[in-house]
Amino acid sequence: MAVSSDDDGLLWRRRTRRGDLITWFAWLIGAALVAGCLSLISDKTIWEFVWSAPREAADLGSRMIPPDWSYSAQLWRPLWDTFNIATLGTAMALIVSVPIAFCAARNTTPSTTFIRPAALFAIAASRSINSLIWALLLVVIVGPGVFAGVLAIAFRSIGFCGKLLYEAIEEIDVPPVEAVTATGASSGQVLTYGVVPQIMPAFAGISVFRWDINIRESTILGLVGAGGIGLQLSASINNLDWSRVAVILIAILATVIVSEWLSAKIRGALT
Amino acid sequence: MTSAASTPLRSWKRPPIIASPRLRWALALGLGVYLAAALGTLDINWIRVAEGWPRAERFFSGFMPPDFVSRGDAILSGLLESLWMTVAATALGVLISIPVAIGGARNVSPMPVYLFCRSLMAVSRTFHEVLIAIFFVKLFGFGPFAGVATLTMATVGFYAKLLAEDIEAISVSQSEAIRATGASWLQWLDYAIRPQVRPRAIGLAVYRLDINFRESAIIGIVGAGGIGATLNTAFDRYEFDTAAAILLIIIAIVMAAEYVSGVIRKAVQ
Repeated sequence: MAVSSDDDGLLWRRRTRRGDLITWFAWLIGAALVAGCLSLISDKTIWEFVWSAPREAADLGSRMIPPDWSYSAQLWRPLWDTFNIATLGTAMALIVSVPIAFCAARNTTPSTTFIRPAALFAIAASRSINSLIWALLLVVIVGPGVFAGVLAIAFRSIGFCGKLLYEAIEEIDVPPVEAVTATGASSGQVLTYGVVPQIMPAFAGISVFRWDINIRESTILGLVGAGGIGLQLSASINNLDWSRVAVILIAILATVIVSEWLSAKIRGALT
Repeated sequence: MTSAASTPLRSWKRPPIIASPRLRWALALGLGVYLAAALGTLDINWIRVAEGWPRAERFFSGFMPPDFVSRGDAILSGLLESLWMTVAATALGVLISIPVAIGGARNVSPMPVYLFCRSLMAVSRTFHEVLIAIFFVKLFGFGPFAGVATLTMATVGFYAKLLAEDIEAISVSQSEAIRATGASWLQWLDYAIRPQVRPRAIGLAVYRLDINFRESAIIGIVGAGGIGATLNTAFDRYEFDTAAAILLIIIAIVMAAEYVSGVIRKAVQ
């Protein structure tokens, strides 16, 4: 217990003097680090441009308002594509990530020496590359369009879903699995009757969670040519057609809000 | 008494996930219709996809071997810039997030403050980092300043929301005990709330540091500085071997960061 004494007797302290010093020192180092980073960034910044930001913002605002509402009629198809990229990409990722997750989970993997590290590496590699970079590569390979977007979303999501899913598999209760094994079930039956029912809620939660993220991600894939509303956005930005950009941003905002509402509803229904 | 022999064909069936058969079939039908519509409008150009393999081969042979050397100084400076951006943006973001999170916790703040802070979080979460970066580059000019601003905003949306949820989930008895000692509101925050959310707050900050580095590799593509800018330049100059080197470095750092952040999170929780 940390106490210090003064004229009135003993006094309670949160930490010992040594603890106080260590904490203070850690904060000092942290603050110095952040200040160093900030000063390095400020050296690389052209401050005139930063100070002109309010004027730029006002200028941009005046160009965006009023939004070109007539353009919104052309946005239904890109929005449908965006929705499809997210949904089909998530579905594809889920289909692939289930076997990978079973191979990566310590308690279900067929082999801990070969298959488990390979599965873990696949998960890590897929997670480390952002879907925008996947899209950049895939547009070259399969050509620009929605299909590249679906694949980019799927490739990025495999790692995400796989990781969460294998963690869920590793955390299952052992007794139900043992009970199913004790009935003489084959290993396939043990999986379907002992393991799968236990991870179904996690699986459903993960898919909705990732779908929600993917809606957001699929709005930008068009910037590199992988379909969806980002295509219209980058075209409008390149044409400096800001009143159209405003409409597109509102459309994205509405999509994201609807998807968030929907996923909250589904998650509420699941639990 | 019924013997087992009188019901020889009794068998057990797994209960379906969705209990109501009507809902089950409606969902399956809806799913089928959606898949047909979605795949129908996907417009896959299979000829182009088939052409893709030789292209991919050429593309990836351009990647090989990765060239770390000839643009080594550009890679290094881009990488360092990304790291500074990450640290600065995470620190600033967390600093801004803490008051926003306190304001957005229903058990701490009054309704108007709560609504204001929650809408702040919603706004900074809605748009993807790349979209925010496009606008910040427009406002603040090219370079890391726009990147730091973008990542700070994204950090606030993420960190404040999760921290607020954690504050809402604290144990009430401890906070009542501190309040019963006659603590002021600030003392109550310091001694009742802070110790309870501290492990999660540290864990989330480390996690966000990790995410911010990943994102800093992306927002450079639209001009917000960091290693992404170097990557984009390499792609634009068709220096695919340099691009491959950058991608490999990003993957290595992300994996290392993930490992370290996992260790730190495990240590504090």
